[in-house]
Amino acid sequence: MILYPFIIEILQLLIILALAPVFAGWIKMLKCWSQGRTSPGLFQPYRDIIKLFSKDVVIAGNASWIFRFTPYLVFGVAVLAGGIVPMLSVDLPLAATADVIALVALFAIARFFTALAGMDIGTAFGGMGSSREMTIASLAEPAMLMAIFTVSLASKSTSLSEMVQVIYSGLSVFRPSLAFALLAFILITLAETGRIPVDNPATHLELTMIHEAMILEYSGRHLALLEWAGMMKLFLFVMLGVAVFAPWGIEASGDFAAIPAAFLFMILKLAAAGAGLVLIETGLAKMRLFRLTEFLGSAFLLATLGMLSYFILE
Amino acid sequence: MILSPIDIALSSILLLFLIAVLAFLFNRYQKFLITISFSMTTIASLLMVAAGGWTVGKGITNQIILPIGLPDLLFHLRLDPLSGFFLTVIGLLAFFVSIYSLGYVKGFLGQRSVTSLIIFYCLFIAGMFMVVLADDALFFLISWEVMAAASYFLVMFEDEKIENRRAAFLYMIVAHVGAIAILLSFGVMAGLTTGFQGFSGYTFDAMRATRFPLGWATAAFLLSFFGFAAKAGVIPLHVWLPEAHPVAPSNVSALMSGVMLKTAIYGIVRITFDLIKVFPWWWGAIVLVFGLVSAVLGVLYALMQHDLKRLLAYHSVENIGIILIGIGLAMIFTSFQMPLLAALALTAGLFHTMNHAMFKGLLFMGAGAVLHATHERNMEEMGGLIHKMPWTAAFFLVGCISISALPPFNGFISEWLTFQAFLLSPSLPNPLLNLLIPMGAALLALTGALAAACFVKAFGVTFLGHWRGHHNPNIHEADWPMRTGMMFAALTCLGLGVLPTLFIEWMDVISEQLVGAKIATSATGLGWMWLTPIAHERASYSGPIVFLFIMAVVVLAYIFLHVRPAAIQRVPIWDCGFEKINQRMQYNATSFSMPIRRIFGFFFSIKEQVRMGSHYGHKAFPKKLHYHLRIRDLFWGWLYKPVIEVSFWVSRKVGKLQQGRIQVYLIYSFVTIIVLLVFQG
Amino acid sequence: MHTNLAAQINSFLAAMVLLTAFGMLVQRRMYGLIHLFAWQGLFLSISTAIVGFVAGAHHLYISSILTLSLKVILLPYILHVLIQRLKIHKEVETIVNVPMTMLIGIALVIFSYHLTAPVRELSTLMTRSTLAVALATVMLGLLMMITRKHAVTQIIGFLAMENGLFFAATSATYGMPLVVELGVALDILIAAFIFGIFFFHIHKTFDSLDVDQMARLKEGD
Repeated sequence: MILYPFIIEILQLLIILALAPVFAGWIKMLKCWSQGRTSPGLFQPYRDIIKLFSKDVVIAGNASWIFRFTPYLVFGVAVLAGGIVPMLSVDLPLAATADVIALVALFAIARFFTALAGMDIGTAFGGMGSSREMTIASLAEPAMLMAIFTVSLASKSTSLSEMVQVIYSGLSVFRPSLAFALLAFILITLAETGRIPVDNPATHLELTMIHEAMILEYSGRHLALLEWAGMMKLFLFVMLGVAVFAPWGIEASGDFAAIPAAFLFMILKLAAAGAGLVLIETGLAKMRLFRLTEFLGSAFLLATLGMLSYFILE
Repeated sequence: MILSPIDIALSSILLLFLIAVLAFLFNRYQKFLITISFSMTTIASLLMVAAGGWTVGKGITNQIILPIGLPDLLFHLRLDPLSGFFLTVIGLLAFFVSIYSLGYVKGFLGQRSVTSLIIFYCLFIAGMFMVVLADDALFFLISWEVMAAASYFLVMFEDEKIENRRAAFLYMIVAHVGAIAILLSFGVMAGLTTGFQGFSGYTFDAMRATRFPLGWATAAFLLSFFGFAAKAGVIPLHVWLPEAHPVAPSNVSALMSGVMLKTAIYGIVRITFDLIKVFPWWWGAIVLVFGLVSAVLGVLYALMQHDLKRLLAYHSVENIGIILIGIGLAMIFTSFQMPLLAALALTAGLFHTMNHAMFKGLLFMGAGAVLHATHERNMEEMGGLIHKMPWTAAFFLVGCISISALPPFNGFISEWLTFQAFLLSPSLPNPLLNLLIPMGAALLALTGALAAACFVKAFGVTFLGHWRGHHNPNIHEADWPMRTGMMFAALTCLGLGVLPTLFIEWMDVISEQLVGAKIATSATGLGWMWLTPIAHERASYSGPIVFLFIMAVVVLAYIFLHVRPAAIQRVPIWDCGFEKINQRMQYNATSFSMPIRRIFGFFFSIKEQVRMGSHYGHKAFPKKLHYHLRIRDLFWGWLYKPVIEVSFWVSRKVGKLQQGRIQVYLIYSFVTIIVLLVFQG
Repeated sequence: MHTNLAAQINSFLAAMVLLTAFGMLVQRRMYGLIHLFAWQGLFLSISTAIVGFVAGAHHLYISSILTLSLKVILLPYILHVLIQRLKIHKEVETIVNVPMTMLIGIALVIFSYHLTAPVRELSTLMTRSTLAVALATVMLGLLMMITRKHAVTQIIGFLAMENGLFFAATSATYGMPLVVELGVALDILIAAFIFGIFFFHIHKTFDSLDVDQMARLKEGD
């Protein structure tokens, strides 16, 4: 079965491309229900993307190549990352391309270009979005690294497929360090993917925007790519959390027969994660920008407590 | 006689001296002089790259004793892989910068004579080469002084500006305080090798052969670390750096930031790993802590700058910090007898040395091109240059991505290796270090992310958006030698990032000689495409796949979306429908860093003033607002001001000796003679 | 095997105690603070019961029940009432700088780990690793008393310190003698009542519970 890993890889790339919008739709749907509204349905993000693809592109007169290149790059990064994070099986040819730290850095390059694109047109909104995005990222990064450190203490590795296998086999052990790391990871995910209480993905109120402010000037296929990549990023962060903290069902035996079950597990975990995210987003209000130091400080604290409790208690 | 690397190295140095003499002779033909002398420095640098590359690649060591110097104190030279590595780094950047200088220095034609620039440029490069080649304390210090003096004159090049003179003076003082510490350190070690009898211990060979007692070794290490830290701009000895680097001509700034600071790294590595060899772990902890402080504070101070070259200078402080983190970890691992991990950390530090030389050189060259075109260093007065200088913008962007430690460029590789070294620290048999070292990893992550923020700001404000300035200069793209120099540096950045395994295999002999382990066998365990520092189960990264995969997806998506011809309409800026937007409404450097300034405000001394001018009837409608912001280094007030005040106070007291009357001076001399005679007996 | 499982659960509870201690350090709202304090007491009492079960030290059950009734139910209730009576529940306290407090807290945990290292080497008890957490809880309580301004938060800091001491006793020697523990419990109860009475008076005199106001008691102002 030499082809097995490659088939899995292709399957996985298809999953990330196809399921990311559905996941986003699922979150929107749950949110609508929880607020007593009628939802546009699970597949609305598809319709949005397709509509945007078929539209003409309207860009500002002074936009440079960076502005036009960024959507493609962000999309490319998201696809590559989708090939690295194990979802169905750990047998991925691309898995050795990047470990967790490199994966975080891959997202960072996408962010770097998005922030540059925000400054390219020369509007106040764009600059504001870039400035805030980079500030939040720089506060989230130490927490992220500390969480990775904590998990790598338990798994003795930062390579994702290795992490999945080690943690899977050691799950019966009650580990406070992993619990802390999970909490920290949830906070970081909220910050990195621009969810409430850090950023509001649905806002159109200019002064509260962060990510939206950067991509304000985009339209047509560029916007479609960015939106799609954004959904993939959220999906990937959830999958990353699932792979590291709840790897049940991810298949490690190299057997095709186990794939449907793994797929089912994945869907269930995604549904649950979406519900959790909606709970958090509905329960919290968006924070003031300068309260975020405390929010991300807590993430760092939790991750550090995880690291400390590994050494002290385990 | 067969040609050996050290012969090539010596010929390169001789060539540089020759150019200096030629420049003196052909003072009158300025334009011709620039072309000929910088072409020749290009050749000299390439020779040195060949010598260094050969030495490291083959892992050979050459020694030579030159029959010059003081009687009984001849000059010893040695070219081993460690020197070879630094020669390659210096030579490679000098090569790029020399090409760049062919165009850049022409900008001074008609304004001033460039002869002194050329002479000191050659002496400066030769000095750096000699420092790295020196194998005895005397020659090392002489070369060190040649390098320091030459760079002093280069900082002073545009000496009509008072800020240049002040910066050069400050630089001179810090450089010499450092040099004294290094001298003392060598004195301690040379003295110990012979039991303080005679001078024969001044060669490095004699020091290598001696095992120093811990107390003296610590004194020697601390002195030399202080001295080299002053040269490298480690916080809190960094204040000269952001003053001196910006005011020098940009090609010199590139060399000073890119490679001159590295000679200090070379000194630290040489003294700890090669001359002293056995040391306790807390030496490493000292280096690590200073590295961390420099990295974090360096990048925070950089974020607050709006002078492009000053910003880059502060980033040198940061990157020196990152290099020292690697070196410090290597020292800690070595002292606990973990050679493989030490090799990993040392490789990370040295790799970053190479990377920093490349991208910082590139960035300073880019800043020079911008300065050349706009005659402006203040970013607040720039913007939109990407349209007028597309090539410079692209190369500068490569530098920005590399220094922000983002894949697939080179800065990421060395920071990633440093992270891997951090992640392996739990195997240290010291519980306290186990808990504390992860904090260092978090600080390094903070540094990386802040650097990215800083370079979004630097690139975004300088090259993107609209022109912010009041005046409207005639901006032109840099000429081809400048572009070529930058292009080579940018390609090196990409090459080192995409194919790190080849480079690590090449430099592996250094860690083998210094810490007794090599990582290339494990680092390329999966093949040349994957970098796997310890084992591929532990961590892996593949530069080629990241680069090619992303590019492939980008191209595919582009083709796929352009099958159907979709028009692009260029329209005025939308900005949520706001119509009266002008270029003064853009975010600028100060506003970009405002959130970070507020969050990390306690690291700076900030003075912020808002003054309202006259108003239209009610004070809610002011006609004019004056906003004044002054940010200063905390260390200036904490450390330097007291020292300056004390030295002034002492000088004033001592100054009272000066009477202006010849008789009084004669009395001083007379008393001195009497005292000497009394004590002689 | 079940000792191993119990040790794991106990470690987990210790981690939760530490987490609540940090939570109290950074929580701004009064009610949140009291809830966190109650949670800490709950974790403590479960942990004590488990230690008692595994070690066969049955007097620990009594300590556990005492903790539960006193620190999870009674004291939070008293504080709750106090806050309502004094109408200070809306007050959101401003603390010096939350991230900075967190960093100091982390440093304290590392310090206490370093400090308890020799004990950990010598001890053979299942609970020896939680000693560092216990010491850290004491220090975090003290840190809380230093960084906060409001009198009620200071009391909670004091009570958290006592929790830490209690925890330390359990983890170092499987608990203090029952008599001592009863005495301490009584002390705390009485202290809480005295505090309550004092608060009323302070509040009446200064119209605030901000301890900075106490500076006005100085002579010569």
